[in-house]
Formats: sequence, structure tokens, C-alpha cells
Amino acid sequence: MPATEQRLGPNGKPVRSLELAPGLWPWLVNYRHLLLRRCSQLGVLLLFFGSAHWSWALLEQPLLSGNLSSSSILGLIPLADPFAVLQIFVTQHVLEQEVVLGAALVLTFYWIVGGRAWCSWVCPVNLVEDLASNLRNRLKINNAFHLPRQTKFIVLIVALLLSALTGVAAFEWISPIGVMHREILFGIGLGWLSIIGIFVFDLLVLRHGWCGRLCPLGAFYSLVGKYSLLKMHFDGPTCTHCGDCIKVCPEPQVLNLNQATTIGYIKSGDCTHCGRCISVCPEDTLAFNWRSLNKQSQQINHPLDDNYRRKSS
Amino acid sequence: MKTTLSSKARRNFLVGISQTSALAVTGGLLWSFIIKREARAMPFALRPPGALAEADFSALCIKCGQCVLDCPYDTLYLANSADSIPIGTPYFIPREIPCYMCDDIPCMNACPTGALSPTLEKIEDARMGLAVIDIENCLSWQGLRCEICHRECPLKDKAISVEHHQRKLSKHAMFVPLVHSEACTGCGICEKACPTDEAAIKVVQADLVQGAIGQHYRLGWKQEGQISQEFKTVPIPEQPVEATGLDYLNEGDL
Repeated sequence: MPATEQRLGPNGKPVRSLELAPGLWPWLVNYRHLLLRRCSQLGVLLLFFGSAHWSWALLEQPLLSGNLSSSSILGLIPLADPFAVLQIFVTQHVLEQEVVLGAALVLTFYWIVGGRAWCSWVCPVNLVEDLASNLRNRLKINNAFHLPRQTKFIVLIVALLLSALTGVAAFEWISPIGVMHREILFGIGLGWLSIIGIFVFDLLVLRHGWCGRLCPLGAFYSLVGKYSLLKMHFDGPTCTHCGDCIKVCPEPQVLNLNQATTIGYIKSGDCTHCGRCISVCPEDTLAFNWRSLNKQSQQINHPLDDNYRRKSS
Repeated sequence: MKTTLSSKARRNFLVGISQTSALAVTGGLLWSFIIKREARAMPFALRPPGALAEADFSALCIKCGQCVLDCPYDTLYLANSADSIPIGTPYFIPREIPCYMCDDIPCMNACPTGALSPTLEKIEDARMGLAVIDIENCLSWQGLRCEICHRECPLKDKAISVEHHQRKLSKHAMFVPLVHSEACTGCGICEKACPTDEAAIKVVQADLVQGAIGQHYRLGWKQEGQISQEFKTVPIPEQPVEATGLDYLNEGDL
């Protein structure tokens, strides 16, 4: 162990791991993103559930009526899943303005806070995914086969093609996200089977198999996130390349540190803004920040830094 | 050497492309099979008022359940994956809770996509289904006095009327209910009210039970004024040319 402590990072500082100060408060502060994420995920579910079953209302209007496909806040502000609306759009059916406006609002929101913030802050399947991932780490299970992260974009394209060909929104008819969410709100059917399926697949077959590699909604938000305003900023000079962030990241390919050093933030839209890396970084190298729009011209596309990744693993 | 390398790279690239597209196509076929099966799972589902024809409804319904939540009578269900109804879509079971035909149609107004079409202005114009009477099990048709469906019907005398059948030898006089499709909305209040063990009047999707006469039948007694007594020439379809030789027996030579 002393040998690793003496290892020096590229900035000349010794490589160290984060050591938390004792007590509850430092722990709470350090894991604030995780705690806030759980609050957000369960809070959104609770808002929907309370409005549906316990008549939660303000000014005699339900707080949040509907579900993640489409809903309305206080019967005033429409919200809609932009990917679902896009699928319906390609079936060549004319949509009402309300749902189009709702989709635009949601799309703008995720353009601001980062596309896949949806995945780690709202989507209920993330709870299943995180549980599977956690168990997997403890049980040390290897992937059964390799599936590239880009597969989800092919699923996205197939979803849109099928929507155009079959005349119904293809993903909405099989979406385990929709099934899980609907059956929590509107009564249990057999949807838990597909959730168990995702859990077992992620636990035994492929790490982050569903969310990271297959889910077309994640792929859609990944495209949005590429251009989002909120980014994970990266302070290159302070980084000692300890690799702790890569170990906890559900999408480790986004931590392309050379590129991040050059442009100052994590560029890939696959980053789910879960904030795990912030919690483990001993040097405070990573932080959420707004992208300054004039920096766009400085972006340089580096290939994935495999050299670094090999050293850390 | 360089050419072999590049041809190997090209080969790898082409194989990769083919494998990806093969996977995408196979997966897509399986996926579309599931959708097709699911989307036509049950044509018997009764939809909320204003619902478009089933194919358009399936395409537009975003499965958000806002119609279900806005129904003041809790009539609607959102189909879950164990139901035989297309997944995530709203439906109702009249025998449990029928549609009470609110004047302001809150379910339709809650629909964000137009799957429940806002072109429906009056609830009386809704066509959720059509009530059908099983005359073998209907109490009134057996000669008992019931007619509950008629009395409960929100469009009494328009959607359900009662016809008096006079007493014949050794038979009761009968007051039998009849459904009229031009007024029946398919709300299912009659089905809910029917006192028989299994409802003798049921709401089903109209096209499952309704026939079509055909344009060429003229019901003169119904279309008075529309049909004149004047003889109209009807274009006679062109006769096929007969083969020569068939007519030789009638020719003068013999």
C-alpha cells in the first residue's frame, strides 16, 4: 500500500484516495448528489402517486396528473416525453398542440440540465439498475459478453423505423420504463416481470446492460445531452489520475480525461450527471458548471484515451 | 502489404456492418411482432368517449392515464401488462362502472394528444360501443315486466325504446326493450342496471355486431320523397362478345 501512496500523478502530486472526515455531516455533504438523486427519483414518483391516489392538489388542481409519458402540473403546464411524441410524430398522426408544447418544455429542460440527467435523476428503472450494479460489485460477476455502448443508438433508429412502419409508437408499447411507472401508479400487472428481467440481465449478464447499452430513451437523451448547458466540469491540472471516478462511473467511457483537460468539461452526452465522480474525487477536480457558450470553438475531438484507462484498471 | 491490410480493414468493416444490420433487422422483426400482437390484443375494449378508430387511437394514445385520473366516477382503467387489452391504454367495463356521460367530458379534455378527439362536442354524439340485447335471457322478452334498461338509459326512448307486443293465445303481453344504434352512445348504464345474473344487455364495439345493408337495396317505405316513381335507365354492363359459331343453328342457311 505505501508504494501506491507514493505514486505521483502527472501534475507531480502524490496519488491518494479520498478520505472522509469522521461524522455524519461530512458523509451527507460528500454523498449529496446520491441522496438528492434518490429524493428526486422517489419524489417524482410520490408526486404522481399522491396526485393520483391521495388527491394532492393546490387550488383544486392536482399537483402532477398523469405519468412520465405525459402529465400536467396543476392542470396548467403540460409535460410530455419528447421521445414518445417523436415516435407518434413519425407514425404520421396529427398531435394536439398541448402534447407538443409539453414535449418542447421537457426537451428544453433536459437541454439545460443535461439530457441523461433524466436517467439518473428521474427514471424509475435507475433504481433497479443501481441495485443490480451495486450487488454486482459485491459479488464480482463478469460480463457474459460484450455489447458496445453504441447499441442503444441502433435501438433508437429501429424504434423510429418501426414506429413509421407499424403505425404505432414502437418503444412505448414495450417500454419497461413505462410499464414499471404505470403499474406503480395504476395497478400492478405483470410489469414487474420485465423489471426483474432487467435486474437479472444487469446483475448476471451485462453490467449496465439495459440503461447503458440498450435503452433507446437513454440514447435519445444522450443526443440531447451532447449539447446541454450544464456540464460536468473538469479541472485538468489538479487531477492526479487516481482513477477513482472511473471506478464508480456507470458510463466510464465518458471520462476521457485528455479531452476533458483540453476543453474543461466532460463532453459526451452519455454522462448521466449522477455526480458519483464528484463524491469520490479526492482533489475536487470535478464539479457541475454551466458551459460557457463561447468555449464551443475550442472543442477538440480526441480519440478515447485508452492509454490512461489501461493504467487505472 | 499495405493493400492486404486495407482490404482486411475493409472486410472487417463490411462484416461489422452486416452483423449490425442483421441484428437490427432480426431484433426489429421480433419487436414488430410483439407490437402487432399487443396492439390487436383485443378488439373488444371499450374506449372513453371521443376515441378515434382503433388504429388511430393506438397510434396517438401516449398511455399517460390522464383520462383515467380525470374521470369523476373512476370508470376508466389503464390496461396493465396482465390485461388482455392493449398495454397502457384506457378502457372501461360497463358492468363494473359504466360511463355516466358527463356533459363537460373531462376524460376527453384531459387527453393531451387528441387520441380522444376534441371534435366531440356533445357527449350524446359519443360512440363508445353499442348495446345489444340477448332476447333469450332478457326478462322483458320472456314476458315479465322489467324494462329497467329503458328507464335507466340516459337517452331513454331514443337509444332504448319499449315496444308493446300484444297478448296472444296463452301468452303474456310483452313490453320489450329495443336498442337504436343511431342514438346509443355505448355508455353501458343499461348493462350495469340489468338485473339478470349475467347482463342480458351488453355493450360491445359496434362493428363486432353491426351489419351493413348495402347501397343497392331500396327501402321505399323508409325513403319516401327521396325515391321518385320515374323510371331511370340503369347503365347495362357491356355484354361479352359471343364466340362466332355458337349462333349457327339460327342462321338462315339451314
